[in-house]
Amino acid sequence: MTAISSTQPQASQASAVQSIPADWRDFFALTKPKVMRLVVFTALCGLLAAPGSIHPVIGFTAILCIALAAGGAGALNMWWEADIDAKMKRTQGRPLPTGRIQPNDARDFGLLLSGTSIMIMGLAVHWLAASVLAFSIFFYVVIYTMWLKPRTPQNIVIGGAAGAFPPLIGWICVTGEITLMPVLLFAIIFMWTPPHFWALALWVKPDYAAANIPMMPNAAGEISTRRQSLVYSILLLPLSVAPWFIGEAGAIYGISALVLSSIFLALTVPVGLRTTGENDTMKPEKKLFAFSILYLFVLFGALVLDRVIAHAGLLT
Amino acid sequence: MTPQEEEEFKRRRKARNAVFGLVLLGLVVLFYAITIVRIGAQ
Repeated sequence: MTAISSTQPQASQASAVQSIPADWRDFFALTKPKVMRLVVFTALCGLLAAPGSIHPVIGFTAILCIALAAGGAGALNMWWEADIDAKMKRTQGRPLPTGRIQPNDARDFGLLLSGTSIMIMGLAVHWLAASVLAFSIFFYVVIYTMWLKPRTPQNIVIGGAAGAFPPLIGWICVTGEITLMPVLLFAIIFMWTPPHFWALALWVKPDYAAANIPMMPNAAGEISTRRQSLVYSILLLPLSVAPWFIGEAGAIYGISALVLSSIFLALTVPVGLRTTGENDTMKPEKKLFAFSILYLFVLFGALVLDRVIAHAGLLT
Repeated sequence: MTPQEEEEFKRRRKARNAVFGLVLLGLVVLFYAITIVRIGAQ
């Protein structure tokens, strides 16, 4: 437990706040609310796009469990990486590095959220969904955070799978089984993650170097990272359109996927092929990162819209 | 603990208890709703 044993709250702030209980907002911040938004949205899309129906109360419970699990996994990630977060500009204001929350409280909070979400999911929704949910937490916290991230520059590629679980789980909540379509949704997010995350990693490269994390730009160099981002974006295009080709989604989704993935690729090409000098503003990388978030929201939104219209029989 | 810290201590404890109470209330309502749905489905 290197991360925790070496974590010492910044002395100046810690002395004043150690005896004072943490604010509830700090616990909320531990759940990584910004990441959770995307998790909840893609899970909801998986649930709404799945064939069949689910009672609104059970559907709400399923999404709540996925959100709680994501929050729990986020809290455990922050607990383990507290000393790394303290070294990076982007993360040094988080509750643990600033000493606003004690490490053990963050760990217990993460375990409580994770355990509660799995139990409720199993008892109220579906045990297969609960099992995949449990595995996704294990994958994110143990495989990605504890094992891969500090050891290999491929961390985000394999660890990205953790973020690809929500639509799969949402789908299972309705159907109770794993079929090709939810696996495709999983694969789309899996393929989207490297260019999305490396766009960020390219412009915060010094931060990761300071924290001694072997992110791809630091370990394999910028040129290799850029080329690999391009490869993933090229692979993403046919993969995103695949649900349309196999007849699991209609033209609204198919055309949206084609247009969105083409724009995604067009934005990745300059990132993938260029080289940077001193004081580069990293504008193409920032543009790609911003669009990549929009991409996922619109793509999954189009999938749901496609299903809603198909169910309503508006295109038949 | 200075008076300001004591005041902050009380404010945070009160806010945490209020949030904890709301979460518990939410869970009670949720479990009740799940039970009704599950019984209705049988």
